Amino acid sequence: MTTARTTALEVTNLDRTFDVSPPFLNRVLYGQKRRHLHAVSDVSFSVPAGGCMSLVGESGCGKSTVARLVTGIYAPTAGEIRFAPGKSGAPLSAQMIFQDPYASLNPRWRVKNIIAEPLRELKLRATEAEIQDRVAELLGIVGLNAADGAKFPHEFSGGQRQRISIARALASEPEFLVCDEPTSALDVSVQAQILNLMRKLQDELGLTYLFISHDLSVVRHMSDRIAVMYLGRIVEEAATETLFADPKHPYTRLLLQTIPNVNDPQRDRVAAEGEVPSPLNPPSGCTFHTRCPLATDQCKAQRPELVEKADGARVACHFA
Amino acid sequence: MTTQSTNSAPSRRKRFRDSDLWWSFTHSWSARIAAVLLIVLIGSAFLAPWIAPQNPYDAASLDMWKSELPPIWQQGSEMPYLLGTDTQGRDMLSVLLYGTRISVMIGFASVIFSLLIGLTLGLVAGYFGGIADNLLMRVGDVVLSIPTILIAILVSAVVRQMLPTNLREIGAAAVLVLAITLSGWVQYARTVRAQTIVERGKEYVMAAKLLNVPKHRIMFRHILPNTLTPVLVAATLSFGMAILTEATLSFLGIGMPPGQPSLGTLIRIGNQYLFSGLWWMVIFPVVQLSLLVISVNLLGDWLRDALNPKLR
Repeated sequence: MTTARTTALEVTNLDRTFDVSPPFLNRVLYGQKRRHLHAVSDVSFSVPAGGCMSLVGESGCGKSTVARLVTGIYAPTAGEIRFAPGKSGAPLSAQMIFQDPYASLNPRWRVKNIIAEPLRELKLRATEAEIQDRVAELLGIVGLNAADGAKFPHEFSGGQRQRISIARALASEPEFLVCDEPTSALDVSVQAQILNLMRKLQDELGLTYLFISHDLSVVRHMSDRIAVMYLGRIVEEAATETLFADPKHPYTRLLLQTIPNVNDPQRDRVAAEGEVPSPLNPPSGCTFHTRCPLATDQCKAQRPELVEKADGARVACHFA
Repeated sequence: MTTQSTNSAPSRRKRFRDSDLWWSFTHSWSARIAAVLLIVLIGSAFLAPWIAPQNPYDAASLDMWKSELPPIWQQGSEMPYLLGTDTQGRDMLSVLLYGTRISVMIGFASVIFSLLIGLTLGLVAGYFGGIADNLLMRVGDVVLSIPTILIAILVSAVVRQMLPTNLREIGAAAVLVLAITLSGWVQYARTVRAQTIVERGKEYVMAAKLLNVPKHRIMFRHILPNTLTPVLVAATLSFGMAILTEATLSFLGIGMPPGQPSLGTLIRIGNQYLFSGLWWMVIFPVVQLSLLVISVNLLGDWLRDALNPKLR
């Protein structure tokens, strides 16, 4: 890894709240209050060009919200998302690979039309013949047959659908791809195929990834840097090997313990106590203190700041 | 590069022959009988100018001496009046075929117009939500709270008064279509709206938004095709309902005029002569109407079951 790489994406102090208030009548009649869900608070990270940054965390920690904020599907409540200029000089635009390959392809469209849509919408090819050639080429790139273009999505397996999804994302010739748990709906054996395909494409096309996952072992395979999120905040961010060798936040250690170990399947593991607290009503101080083995009164009262350590890792914990 | 699949896509025709829908059709007695019956009824109605023995709209071809003839199997009947004649000497079979044609056309047109209005409003309401949704659906609720027949009577009475006298006969069919459409669009709007709300949150819609696909194209090209299955069933069933509504209005005397009788008009006229012994003037239109609506409804029921994956 080179250190002097330029930054492709700079995210600073990103905030997003959702209004989950009960309907107007309920508020008036029953005196219910407006409620806001703080899905993402104060998230900052940067993605190096040509690299892969991963966001990891449990369900509901806000990682998919970050993905949607980055691609522009949601507008941020506060904070800034800045893309570096791409090859053409204009700021990079992000394309997305979605989590559920059964919902991300329109079931009524033929595959060739699904893949051709970016080409047609963005007018990347002039004639219909060129579009069809490009579609066939893209199908080849992701390891499908050109004749598969005439089929409908339901005729494919989950892994094949995810390949179609990747082909569609590649059709718009992006330099930046946001992958929102692209393998979580797939079989373990197929997961590896898709991940290898994505790595290969990264090398061949010089793509930059923002990779979202709840699975640290998948992330280790893919990424240069990893950020661990808990209840809408980044609790630890470090280079991949630093994070695995020396996890500093108790939550990161907990996540690492959940990875099955082939060499020592019977090793002692500490089961985490409790559930993830509701993001509607997050705990005071350090939001992890309800489940943390190290928690003290200080943790309940005061939220730790994200502090950079000597080895380049950033950690938000009073004890790190 | 490893190739993930090799077999090429089958042709459209083969795809149809292999489909679940075709399989379920060939394995359903009621659906096949209903389809054959419907093809015969509608086919003969639309071929009426060529196969009917007489043109009932042409007053010159009517013969008062041939009026009130019974059907062919009874005494006193005459060829070619297979089903007898009415009080004006019109051939019942010809009147029936032409009447069916009018009924089917009015039913079909009102379903098409209800679909156009309902699909568009339902898509807009479901996709945009908020005030547009509230406004459109409350209007729909109000329309639904008034009985269909009442709306139809109101509309046809008002519009008929607005039309000049010489246009009333010609405009009768249009008025009927308008009246049935006005009360029919709501159910499509509701179905499409509910389905649109489900679909608009799916990831394929998000993928289209990422490409800045214009809203109207997301609505009509991405979402609409995925909402059509329940709409297709509703449309088939309400085609039968529309024919019945038209017949009811005509029976009540605010539908098609006696000069251009639909099945409902024929039943109304025949009803007046039932006790004079001219039973064929009312029974044949009634049987024709029943067969038509039953076969449409059987097809609709079959379609609903065939397209419902939970019933397989």
